[in-house]
Amino acid sequence: MVAVHKSRKDMPLTPLSSPTLGSMGKTGYWRTFRPEVDYSKCTRCTLCWIYCPDAAIERREDDSPKIDYDYCKGCGICANECPVKAITMHREEE
Amino acid sequence: MVTIKELPQEEYLLKGHAACAGCGPSIALRLLFKALGKNVILVVPACCTSIIQGPYPYTSIGVPLQNILFESTAAAASGIVAALQQKKLEGVTVVGWAGDGGTVDIGIQALSGAAERETDFIYICYDNEAYGNTGMQRSGATPYGAWTTTTPTGKRERKKNMPFIMAAHRIPYVATACPSYPIDFVNKLKKAKEIRGTKYIHILAPCPTGWRYTTEKTVELGKLAVQTGLWALYEIEYGKFKLNSPSDRLVDKAKRKPVKEYLALQGRFRNLTEEDIAKIQKWVDEDWERYRKLASNYLL
Repeated sequence: MVAVHKSRKDMPLTPLSSPTLGSMGKTGYWRTFRPEVDYSKCTRCTLCWIYCPDAAIERREDDSPKIDYDYCKGCGICANECPVKAITMHREEE
Repeated sequence: MVTIKELPQEEYLLKGHAACAGCGPSIALRLLFKALGKNVILVVPACCTSIIQGPYPYTSIGVPLQNILFESTAAAASGIVAALQQKKLEGVTVVGWAGDGGTVDIGIQALSGAAERETDFIYICYDNEAYGNTGMQRSGATPYGAWTTTTPTGKRERKKNMPFIMAAHRIPYVATACPSYPIDFVNKLKKAKEIRGTKYIHILAPCPTGWRYTTEKTVELGKLAVQTGLWALYEIEYGKFKLNSPSDRLVDKAKRKPVKEYLALQGRFRNLTEEDIAKIQKWVDEDWERYRKLASNYLL
């Protein structure tokens, strides 16, 4: 007979992790260069959104990017891949 | 066929995870959730993804995930598939998600066994060509000439051809992909989800930390690996070999970029001599002669 656990309390002691936004804290602190979007150049192709390894770029209703600076690690993939160079990298001020 | 804009906006790889800036495997993991949705159970051995999750008791992955020992990804996935069948739970995709060390070196016997038992799951190897999470030691997937901490003057042996090893198991679906070509990868995952039996996908995932390049070049290097022909995008469906776009246009040697363009961008290939580069170029051309024959006969 397979044991069925009604809730987490009935289960034997098991290490379980819960999905958490920012499991490593605000990773934006890792950033050296800050991406900035020139919305007048942006063609809404959403390539920056799909290539962001940190899921730190959200799509607005018109498909233009919204960068979450709390979590963006500043890798620069978005700026490198933007076909019209609408994203540029700037050194973070102290 | 989907377009990039049609991919779902929900994220199951949550922001603030522990991957390095510019991580290639993280892009692949995001695409995995976009292709398969949330009804996925991941099985992850010791690899970079066990770090990306973040420290206990938090995790940055929003689907059920089991961390398991290095050699037992496919064995644990087989157990989960059996349990799901016993409980009659349908519509759940079990995915083994392992690095190259956990696939081509340590996990190969469990994977071979699961393929032989025709276990119904998808196994994905994300290949950053060394043991990334322990600080870049040489693995069976490290290419010729590459620097790692255990091959300080460059590896002297060639990379294992893992997709062809899996195709030799006569499993229904084997494919290669690269996160630089997201639509190709998503289509392959969706196709694999519909097929019953063991499915194997091998992804080339560039790693800025280990390959010694600046973080913004991850996607660019993935594209260069494909355009130079060092990494071919193909699928082997029930033994039929087919090259996918854009690799299908590269059978003609004149259309491929010289491998030097890809090698020169990476610090790990700094020790290569001109003879080494000529040797790698010769091997790539030989591989493509083989792909051309396979693509015209469809036989493996």
